[in-house]
Amino acid sequence: MNKATERLELIRNKHRPTVNDYIPLIFQNFMEFHGDRHYGDDHAIMGGIASFNGIPVTVIAQVKGRNIDENKKSNFAMPHPEGYRKALRLAKQAEKFHRPVICLIDTPGAFCGIEAEKRGQGEAIAKNLMEFMTLKTPIISVVLGEGGSGGALALAVCDELLVLENALYSVISPRGFASILWKDPSREKEAAELMRITAEDLLEFGVCEKIIPEPSGGAHNDMQLTAENISEHLYEAVKRHVKFNVDTLLDNRYNKFRKIGMFDFVQEE
Amino acid sequence: MGLEDLLKTVKHRLNKDEPAEPIPSRKPEIPGNILFKCPRCRATVYMEEFERNRKICTSCNYHSRLTWQERLLMTADKDSFREFDSNMVSLNPIGFPDYEKKIEGLSKSCKTNEAVVTGECTILGYPVVIGIMDSHFMMASMGSVVGEKITRAFEYAAKKKLPVVLFTASGGARMQEGIISLMQMAKTSGAISKHNEAGQLYITVMTDPTTGGVTASFASLGDIIIAEPKALIGFAGRRVIQDTIKQQLPDDFQSAEFLMENGFVDMIVDRKKMRKTLSRILRIHNYIKREEVV
Ligand SMILES: [Zn+2]
Repeated sequence: MNKATERLELIRNKHRPTVNDYIPLIFQNFMEFHGDRHYGDDHAIMGGIASFNGIPVTVIAQVKGRNIDENKKSNFAMPHPEGYRKALRLAKQAEKFHRPVICLIDTPGAFCGIEAEKRGQGEAIAKNLMEFMTLKTPIISVVLGEGGSGGALALAVCDELLVLENALYSVISPRGFASILWKDPSREKEAAELMRITAEDLLEFGVCEKIIPEPSGGAHNDMQLTAENISEHLYEAVKRHVKFNVDTLLDNRYNKFRKIGMFDFVQEE
Repeated sequence: MGLEDLLKTVKHRLNKDEPAEPIPSRKPEIPGNILFKCPRCRATVYMEEFERNRKICTSCNYHSRLTWQERLLMTADKDSFREFDSNMVSLNPIGFPDYEKKIEGLSKSCKTNEAVVTGECTILGYPVVIGIMDSHFMMASMGSVVGEKITRAFEYAAKKKLPVVLFTASGGARMQEGIISLMQMAKTSGAISKHNEAGQLYITVMTDPTTGGVTASFASLGDIIIAEPKALIGFAGRRVIQDTIKQQLPDDFQSAEFLMENGFVDMIVDRKKMRKTLSRILRIHNYIKREEVV
């Protein structure tokens, strides 16, 4: 079995820790804040303030349920527009009070439905991409499990992207890829292998900066150790970025994304 | 010279270098190329009449898809267009089978190296940076080249203090380029913030179809968002939504009109009034006409 397919199974393992497991282990005094101030409160994205090794931070996290009830409540971590707008509201609040923003990513993607379209799913994501790019405070994002497309990217415009060893981050799910490009969703595994979605691939493409090691066999085998690893890498990243002045911080962030792309020039005819 | 004449002239020019392969447009719906069958109202219209009507359905006013050449002709002042980065071509970041071959074929048939054409031109005398996405090129999906060209266009416009007018059409991110295509959403959105900081105007014109990662990035970030009548605009595909929620969707779902009703589009503008509308917006924003231009 190829790494990507193996990991696809790992991140779908129902014992894989979620943000509800990690937050108490990584942060102190997490206090959840609700609502986007326009429409409602989306339980697929949780946000609030906390102390992180003594540093006040804002935490924004996509919530996978640990059981069917939690999953129903959090819509299997598929946010609606109001989730992204809550994230932006909290990020802006963090900017005002000069707190670093920590985004924890774990989503199959933004929700696809009538209400999501009516309330502007596309606009909500787009707005986050633009606003996060110029947010005047450090943003560190961590992909914990599934980094599903634009729904993940909306929390991943950051100064540094950390990725758990077995996490995946992709433009579309391997199943969707196979279904659209080959009209055959059963070729999911083949798609996963072709798509280059592992942490190592992301590092090579310059999409992520660091890979956070997981315990042997995956994060669920030792949640405590995984949380310690996340905490350690996150703390290093936060320390690296709080020392920059705002202009440097924003220039670096812009350039991190600006340079991604693979193209060439042909001779004009 | 009136726009109709201009169109005629250029259509003539376009016909002269007909592509070797037929442009893979809505051919299946056009029996024998004599008739246009409207995908919205199912009415059948004579192709000649339909084309004379700027590819607008005479029966329901659906504004059908244009090639980038057609759009440019309908929008820019004659001979005012100077293209940017026309020789930029895609690489194959994930080694997707036959990707290069596909791009090469489309480059020939669509007469452009990629799904967006960018440059500067004037519109009724007003200088603008323009971008036109062409859905005939791999459904105008956004890969490295689309992302880079749009980013460069905004950076140039920010530097030169020019407004940007972007005609969007897209199936979304280009999956064949893997995660690199997703990153273009962030890159282009970042470039728009630079243009914002320069205090310049960005007008989006959403055309049929504007969906997926393009809706979820630069298309939705215009200061002013215009849409063409009956254009399909949305984030998720209709089928994906139907599969998720297991219920039928209303006919007008994700139409330009639906978006305006829900507050995501400023105005719906008929193709025939587009140039005039754009120029009026530009004037109100204190942009100055270039006098010499016809
Ligand atoms: Zn019609």
